[in-house]
Amino acid sequence: MLKRLRENKSAQGTLLATPTMLWMIGLLIIPLLLTLVVSFGQRSPDGDVIYSFSLDNYIRLFGYSTDCDNGQASCFDPLYLQILWRSLTLAFNTTVLVILLAYPLAYFIARAHPLRRNTFLFMVLIPLWTNFVIRVYAWMMLLRTQGVINLGLGWLAGLFNIPFTPLEMLYTPGAVLVGMVYEFLPFMILPIYTSLEKIDNSLYEAAADLGANGLKTFARVTLPLSMPGVVAGTILVFIPVMGTFIVSDILGGRQVILVGNLIQRQFLDARDPTFGSAASLILMIMTLIVTYFYTRKFGFGEEIVVA
Amino acid sequence: MSHDPAHLTIPWKGVCGMNPHRRHPFIFSSAMLVYVFLYAPIIVLILFSFNASRANVTFEGFVPTFSDKVVMDGSLVKASPCGPFHWFCELAKDKDVAEAAGNTLTIAIVSTLVSSVIGTMAALALQRYEFKLKPFSQLSLYIPIVIPEIVMGIGILTLFSQLFGVINGSLGLTGDSRLSMGLGTVIVSHIAFSVPFVTLVVQARLQGFDKSYEEAAMDLGANEWTTFRRVTLPMILPGVLSGALLAFTLSLDDFVITFFTNGPGSTTLPIYVYGLLRRIITPQVNALSTVWILTVFSVVLILQWLQTREAKQH
Repeated sequence: MLKRLRENKSAQGTLLATPTMLWMIGLLIIPLLLTLVVSFGQRSPDGDVIYSFSLDNYIRLFGYSTDCDNGQASCFDPLYLQILWRSLTLAFNTTVLVILLAYPLAYFIARAHPLRRNTFLFMVLIPLWTNFVIRVYAWMMLLRTQGVINLGLGWLAGLFNIPFTPLEMLYTPGAVLVGMVYEFLPFMILPIYTSLEKIDNSLYEAAADLGANGLKTFARVTLPLSMPGVVAGTILVFIPVMGTFIVSDILGGRQVILVGNLIQRQFLDARDPTFGSAASLILMIMTLIVTYFYTRKFGFGEEIVVA
Repeated sequence: MSHDPAHLTIPWKGVCGMNPHRRHPFIFSSAMLVYVFLYAPIIVLILFSFNASRANVTFEGFVPTFSDKVVMDGSLVKASPCGPFHWFCELAKDKDVAEAAGNTLTIAIVSTLVSSVIGTMAALALQRYEFKLKPFSQLSLYIPIVIPEIVMGIGILTLFSQLFGVINGSLGLTGDSRLSMGLGTVIVSHIAFSVPFVTLVVQARLQGFDKSYEEAAMDLGANEWTTFRRVTLPMILPGVLSGALLAFTLSLDDFVITFFTNGPGSTTLPIYVYGLLRRIITPQVNALSTVWILTVFSVVLILQWLQTREAKQH
């Protein structure tokens, strides 16, 4: 038996991959299939799942409501569609802002003296290693009505004798956007840096020899060659922003509800796992569609693994 | 910066002189601003861990004097045996924090060990062997990257709750013997999201090196195990270690998966902090954050230092 295994390369490979595959099937694929099954189920009065084939949860997500103001049996309530749209636009805005902030820094690091590059890169990673929840809390301290930003603004206004009322920044969509940008910025800097660093210096020389100015070199050489990094970074930022619920929970209060919050509440407070599962499948489909079209247009950057 | 071709002939200007973007003031200043954006919140967070105000809304100065016991005036700490480090002393006395820290470390260590071993095995299988399910195996590793974490979290939660419901029901388990969420479910779930990253990192390392070393060892009469131990493992060890480090940091940092899979007695530090944020926030949360940041920072510095020392020796 052992001897036969020693000669059979295929069996050896299968055996080596088995533990990992058990985990992938048991804790990724089966849970996803289970979520699909549960999303067609119905909620029992005590919050359990009754397995059935019903599209109620999906119909409800897309605006069908039986809880109407005007006494009708059913009406259109765009509440959940609004939540989906809000998450999608927030993820889009976050990604755009993150690219705008990450690109100059990544460029600066890639062009820095080789001896200093690692230090600059290290300085990007340190905030990433402080915990995700702690980073949200830091922004809570900054954005509060009596927080550090208002304190600083008040001091500035005092210098110029301008009357100042503290800005209400916490628990607004803007706070959630800033929090998301802060949380995911390093995930964009790293892949962009990786692709910028690969660009051969001789290409810049060639561009300069051919008479291209700074802006033209950037548009024709640097930007196209760094696109794999931007694509990888976009995937690493867009997908988690779509599903995160802590940032909106802490910085948005009850004002900014995203798909993540909707799902989380169905599993904890509202105790309707069937509706939560349906919402989570819609979330997954939305991210897969966006990723698919985006990568089909720009390719799937290998930088994703490097980061 | 001049684009005069004469620049190209000056040797000490070198390649740098030709790059039109180098040290462009716009690039430099925006890069510095992004660094300020990255660090300002963390610095404020650390500063507030010395705050004398228990309410912790505004900074009321450092906790002043050392004394025998804590003296409060309203919500202001007037004196403390630990002086400015008052909140760190309070933190050290907190049993919940100690338990959460213990859980966090246990989960991170166990899940890192398991995922590094099985992830390396899978990487070897995918890179060195041909087998039937290889394309499927490779593809499945990308699932955690392309789906939001919350989808994975609620999937695992549903799996465990349904599974445990069936098992408890059919075996008639009651009370303490019932299966429920806890350290076990958290560890198993952490392994699930760490393994793909370990596998991909080790695979990238394996891609880089020549198969002929292994073949030479086999030609010289070494069996598979000896070849692996003496040739393959030393070569991929840096990859395995960086994969393990990645798994460790992912586990330490994880909130979402732990949130859905933890149970009584398996609270981790991120979950504990989240709980505090929704209730009363004293500077003790800042003290905890400061300790966390400084610990991670010093561990990473030591690792970097070891790595550069290693590199210099070779």
